[in-house]
Amino acid sequence: MTPAIDVRNIVKTYGKFTAVKGLSFDVEEGEIFGLLGPNGAGKSTLIRMMVTLLPPTSGTAVINGFDIVKQADGVRRSIGVIPQAMTTDLELSVEENLLIFAKLYGVPREKRQRLIPELLEFVELTQWKDAQVKNLSGGMRRRVEIARGLVHEPRIFFLDEPTTGLDPVSRVNVWEMLQRIKSERQLTILLTTHYMDEADKLCDRIAIVDHGELKALDTPTKLKLAVPSNNVLEVNFASPPSGWGDRLQALPGVESVTSEDSVFRISSRNGPATTMAMLDAAAAAGITVNALAVQSTTLDDVFVHYTGRALRDALQDASPQDSAFMMRR
Amino acid sequence: MSRTWAIVERELRRFRRSPILIVISMVFPLVQLVILGYAMGGNVKHLKVAVVDQDGGLPAVRVRELAGAVAGGANTFETILYTDQGSALTDLRNGRINGVLTIPPEFSRRVLQKNEPHVALIEDNTDNFVSATLVGQMGSLVTAFNLPSAAPRVSGLARLDVVEVYPYVPYVQYLLPGSIVMSIFMMVMIGGGIIFIDDKARGLHEGYLVTPISKLELVAGFNISGTIKAVMAGISIMIIGSLIAGIPSPLDPMRLLRLTVVIVVTAFALISLMFLIMVRVNDPLMPRAIFGVLNTLLYFPSGAVYPPQGFPGWMQVIAVLDPFTYAVHAFKSLLLKNTGFAAIGGDLMYLLVFSAIAMTAATRLFKRTL
Repeated sequence: MTPAIDVRNIVKTYGKFTAVKGLSFDVEEGEIFGLLGPNGAGKSTLIRMMVTLLPPTSGTAVINGFDIVKQADGVRRSIGVIPQAMTTDLELSVEENLLIFAKLYGVPREKRQRLIPELLEFVELTQWKDAQVKNLSGGMRRRVEIARGLVHEPRIFFLDEPTTGLDPVSRVNVWEMLQRIKSERQLTILLTTHYMDEADKLCDRIAIVDHGELKALDTPTKLKLAVPSNNVLEVNFASPPSGWGDRLQALPGVESVTSEDSVFRISSRNGPATTMAMLDAAAAAGITVNALAVQSTTLDDVFVHYTGRALRDALQDASPQDSAFMMRR
Repeated sequence: MSRTWAIVERELRRFRRSPILIVISMVFPLVQLVILGYAMGGNVKHLKVAVVDQDGGLPAVRVRELAGAVAGGANTFETILYTDQGSALTDLRNGRINGVLTIPPEFSRRVLQKNEPHVALIEDNTDNFVSATLVGQMGSLVTAFNLPSAAPRVSGLARLDVVEVYPYVPYVQYLLPGSIVMSIFMMVMIGGGIIFIDDKARGLHEGYLVTPISKLELVAGFNISGTIKAVMAGISIMIIGSLIAGIPSPLDPMRLLRLTVVIVVTAFALISLMFLIMVRVNDPLMPRAIFGVLNTLLYFPSGAVYPPQGFPGWMQVIAVLDPFTYAVHAFKSLLLKNTGFAAIGGDLMYLLVFSAIAMTAATRLFKRTL
């Protein structure tokens, strides 16, 4: 099966600064594919090249069988795009926004009259269809944009940071909507995000992008498995004897043990093995375990593993080159 | 082409939702029309002129009487008799009076001897309008003084007869053509330029660029919608302004039709100019910053407030290139002289050629990508 998106060694440079350094990847039909990385990583540049907003410096991408450089109009007809900025017309009503875009895409009148009410129903905005967009909340505006992006029944849906700036409830709402779009409309979805939980919950596969390079690409589960296990056990024992810390330190996989009163934090290379051994040791010594929590690997750990820095740090200190690039966006 | 109309439809739907835009683009030209029209259009009156008679003879009394007659009739100036030249000059310098008419000693004797008699006008020349009026009035006064009291039945002196082809044009009517052009320009800048750049900065254009619309359809959509908005502003000011300024038979349908043609052509020329300037601009501050400069640069050299014949050479060059000049000339012909198309063919031709060049250049510069 030909992939829905086939990115081939794509490069984008601005003067001396290379924003995207020769990326290649495929997205299969029906996948939700996430580009995960901090601001300035090159995600937006990448997505803008794929949706024909920016010409690549070299390399190319084939979207739904159309080359982004040579067959740009074919690409444009195949895709729906939700840009990062909220780009709905604030002065127009929800329905008018959809209508204008249907006309821009050349959707015939009969199809428009069928599709627009259907989409409004889908994004749960039917009762707001005559409201001016400026009177809607951020989450509702995002839903207007999602409907707008689907008004010409595209095959592939591109979303640039779809939940940035939304409150937690609206974010979950957008996630659910995207999952429904995928299942009900057999759409391929490519989205960029700098939220770990978003990528984890929503995406079938994730590409980690940093400094314009592809650092890793796999399903969220496999990405996490590939990271050497780094679990933390937090255990509350009922009246642990003295020297109990040293006993815990000797358990298999344990790297370090810290304690505060009767609460012990055990860092382990192998969470399951350490947990089992710890429970056996406690039972043998006749010590009751009051509470036990095991924290497993997160995508945050994956990001640290592949890029050498935490995503939240990377979000805060974008390099000067990155900032120059961001201003250009 | 249907995609072009989608853009036009969107712009006009937005326009309908923000009536404040129409008001803003009309208020400034209308206020300027009324205030400038009446501030600058009137005749100078009630100037204060000191009369110092150092002679006291019969001819000097006649000069004073003639001055008094002007003061009593046209009210251009009022005379105040001073006995002392020094205090009259002090008052002149302190701005209490506008001029001093001095009848020197020996005036009467020189008149009788026909030996080059003089009267002097010492004037405050810091205000050109005031001093020109005073010189004109005093010149007529001296001419009247020179006329023999009993004129011969057939005069040998040459006289100028003035034939006025058109009804009297008050200054407010003279200004109206410029105000119409300015309202078109205001709408082009606010409803066209500023909205265009703001939309671009907000990312709205990205929404267009990911659709299969072509570059030409996009450019046409922006410019047709801008032209429609500017035409609406121009027609509104043309009608309201004609009523305010008292243009005779303002609603004559044939003239309205001709005026509308000029408004459409002018709107398209100005939209083309604006689009050429803004096509590569991304900063929303830019159109706001150049708005005032552009307005001054286009409005004043156009002959809207003062005839271009009075400009220095370099400004006449601006006037020749300035599309306002041709629009103002065409509106003046139609509004003040009620001419047909024959009188404005050249103006329309220039505006169309100007639009074609500017629009071609702008379209070439327009980028279909970010």
